[in-house]
Amino acid sequence: MEALLYQIFSGLANGIIYGSVALALVMIYQATHHINFAQGEMATFSTFIAWWLIQSGWPYWGAFFFTVAVSFAGGLLVQRIILKPIEKAPVMTNVIVFIGLLLIFNAFSGWFFDHTIKSFDSPFPKDSALTTKYFSAHQFGSAGVLLLVLIGLFAFFKFTPIGLAMRAAAQNPDSARLVGIRVSWMLGLGWGLAAAIGAIAGMMVAPIVFLDPNMMAGILLYGFAAALLGGIDNPLGAVIGGFIVGVLENLLGAYVIGTELKLTVALVLIVATLTLKPAGLFGKKVVVRV
Amino acid sequence: MSKLLEVGKLCAWYGATQVLYDVDFSLEAGHITAILGANGAGKTTTLRALCQVVKTSGSVVLDGTQVVGKSTESVVRMGVAHVPDGRGTFTGLSVEENLRLGAYARGNKAEMLEDMERMFTRFPILKQRRHQQAGTLSGGEQQMLAISRALMLRPKLLLLDEPSFGLAPLIVAEIFRIMRTINKEDHVSMLLVEQNASLALDLADHAYLLETGRVALSGPSDTIKNDESVRRAYLGY
Amino acid sequence: MSKSIDRKWVWIGGALLVVALLVLPFLVKNYRVFQFNLVLVYAVAILGLNILTGFNGQFSLGHGAFYAFGAYTAAILMSLYHVPYWATLPIAFVFCFGFGFLVGFPALRLAGHFLALATFALALAVPQLLKYKKIEGFTGGVQGIVLSKPEPPFSFSLFDQPLSPDRWLYFFTLFVTALMFLFAWNLLRGRVGRALVAIRDHPIAATAMGINLPVFKSLTFGTSAGFTGLAGALGAIVVAFVSPDSFTVQLSIFLLVGVVVGGLASIPGAIFGGIFIQYVPNIADEISKSAPAAIYGVLLIALMYLLPTGVMGGLHRLWMKFRARPAG
Repeated sequence: MEALLYQIFSGLANGIIYGSVALALVMIYQATHHINFAQGEMATFSTFIAWWLIQSGWPYWGAFFFTVAVSFAGGLLVQRIILKPIEKAPVMTNVIVFIGLLLIFNAFSGWFFDHTIKSFDSPFPKDSALTTKYFSAHQFGSAGVLLLVLIGLFAFFKFTPIGLAMRAAAQNPDSARLVGIRVSWMLGLGWGLAAAIGAIAGMMVAPIVFLDPNMMAGILLYGFAAALLGGIDNPLGAVIGGFIVGVLENLLGAYVIGTELKLTVALVLIVATLTLKPAGLFGKKVVVRV
Repeated sequence: MSKLLEVGKLCAWYGATQVLYDVDFSLEAGHITAILGANGAGKTTTLRALCQVVKTSGSVVLDGTQVVGKSTESVVRMGVAHVPDGRGTFTGLSVEENLRLGAYARGNKAEMLEDMERMFTRFPILKQRRHQQAGTLSGGEQQMLAISRALMLRPKLLLLDEPSFGLAPLIVAEIFRIMRTINKEDHVSMLLVEQNASLALDLADHAYLLETGRVALSGPSDTIKNDESVRRAYLGY
Repeated sequence: MSKSIDRKWVWIGGALLVVALLVLPFLVKNYRVFQFNLVLVYAVAILGLNILTGFNGQFSLGHGAFYAFGAYTAAILMSLYHVPYWATLPIAFVFCFGFGFLVGFPALRLAGHFLALATFALALAVPQLLKYKKIEGFTGGVQGIVLSKPEPPFSFSLFDQPLSPDRWLYFFTLFVTALMFLFAWNLLRGRVGRALVAIRDHPIAATAMGINLPVFKSLTFGTSAGFTGLAGALGAIVVAFVSPDSFTVQLSIFLLVGVVVGGLASIPGAIFGGIFIQYVPNIADEISKSAPAAIYGVLLIALMYLLPTGVMGGLHRLWMKFRARPAG
């Protein structure tokens, strides 16, 4: 019983990470109706920037917020400069460009910061008041941070005019222009937000798995699974999906398949969700009158 | 009387294909003007050209400001609300969210809430369905929503593309009655594109007839309505 | 007048090309021949992917999985069951066709990004699957399977260079590649080809015209997988080694790069694609360890901007401009 509880809690802790990656993916999807295959690599690159700042003597939270800001700007610029010209191009073109970005960011991480594995300290020290029996201080702290991010995003999309405008621009860019929304800038905003969230996720993950250019590859896959499971257009769903994926991963690993086929589990989850329940558990089914 | 809209030598293209050839027309403030013509005459293109959704050349002056060359969003922010063919509703968003978006460009929350209440009074069915996904509304309800959304902008000029399309006659009559009310009470100038010529001529003050991208005929709608030879030759009734 | 001159030159050029191809392996070192073999193998793999993605519009970011499946099929058949190398090819084709056909079914319900996502997941999961301890008996686990290159069936030499295993494999690979290209060309130029493109461009209209979409799309997936799987088997023979880490997601990405470089929906473009993904990493590697990926990335993006129809598309445009020049 003790062991089972441990697996579940550990799964929930991992789930926070998957959920945050899923959140970034949902962000871009909501804003642009595209899936950003380069999300993981962008997050890794952001984390490297934070690492480098901390190595240069910056205090943790200073480096954290600066990295988030830089990532936001970077995401915005990527959209404005590289993606805007192909806004109207077919899906295939966009996907190929995303793959191109994936390769470039991965290469940049290796090029500027080399391939040796680095350690990245958590801002939530081990022996603080936050440590409990089932959760380490870091897990608790990251959960808090991500919860704040989630609440902020949810409120942003639901209650602010810009959030509504972003959703409108994603769903129907032509009509959005007819109400005066600057559609191109909405897309840029979406990318900026996603890049910022990705950076936060990367910084929460790095203390656990250590920092190297390929840090996010497997995690990205889990992020995809979580995003799809929760409904690709639902931020809350993404987080819940993350928890489900995290717990499933641990339970299946400990009691059913063994720990070696984790990526296959993610694959099966993705395919099953896409074929059986494409809108995910919490996604909205959009009704279209033909 | 001042001219709200003056269009001179307007040409428009879809890609490499030219569709409008030196179209001239104008609209007085507070008036309703109809653009009539057969399928493919260029009526929808004219409205799209005004909003700079298609490539244009020539001159479009709205309230003294040149519009050609601006982005669609900028034209809208100048006070031009376009109800496109097909309604253009945000089918994935709720009725209320659609209305909020209509007022997005104005950025004034208090006025927006005020206007939304007025729309609900005018179209009670929308109030009933305010939290429903817009895509689940019937055709007539969506048209009411589309018009309301356009009005949320408090536009100087309302462009309507085939509002009667695909709707039952009773609902069309209702919508046209409401459009007349909007014009009279709120003093909204309208440019109306319609295939149903008799309906349009009943509502409008002035009319232009387009034929393969050119203006073939123009005049006060009463004159056109009562001229039998024009009606038979061009309007089919 | 100019047309008959054109045709004569085409025949002469073609004949020269064939002679050059036949003599080539004896003019260069063994290692170069080995590289040529890989170019041909990749060309067939890219051709397979192109049938699915270029002609039929179904994304796959996971064709590395079919390549790996074909490679391992060949390797296991040769090492455990002593099947002759040439016989593994049709078997690999059939197995991969079946695998692809099965994958094609869930793929029916996915489009665009989501199919790309699902196949991407497949590609990511493959190396781990190949390392799975429970099937180590077959797959050789992390170490993979070591094979030996087939000996040429007769001895021969030209320009003082003997017919080595690599050179023998060159002719074998060239033969198989020519066969596969011919097969593809035949398949795609008739009704099948038109149906594929119709499905890609106007699926609803295609259905209305009586094309059975689900069956067709799944068959296309299967055929595409068969081609790439056969290429994988061929690759296993040429390299004489398979291991899980040879089949990472990078392979899937490189195959896609090859399709894009050569030109979507272009059969001859696959050769350019093969040349590209074989040689560019070598050149880029000399710059920096991370460079190949960065160069690929930049190139992919640049190609989508400048030459969305790939090398073949660019050449076609140049050719059109050349022919349109006024005479005299």
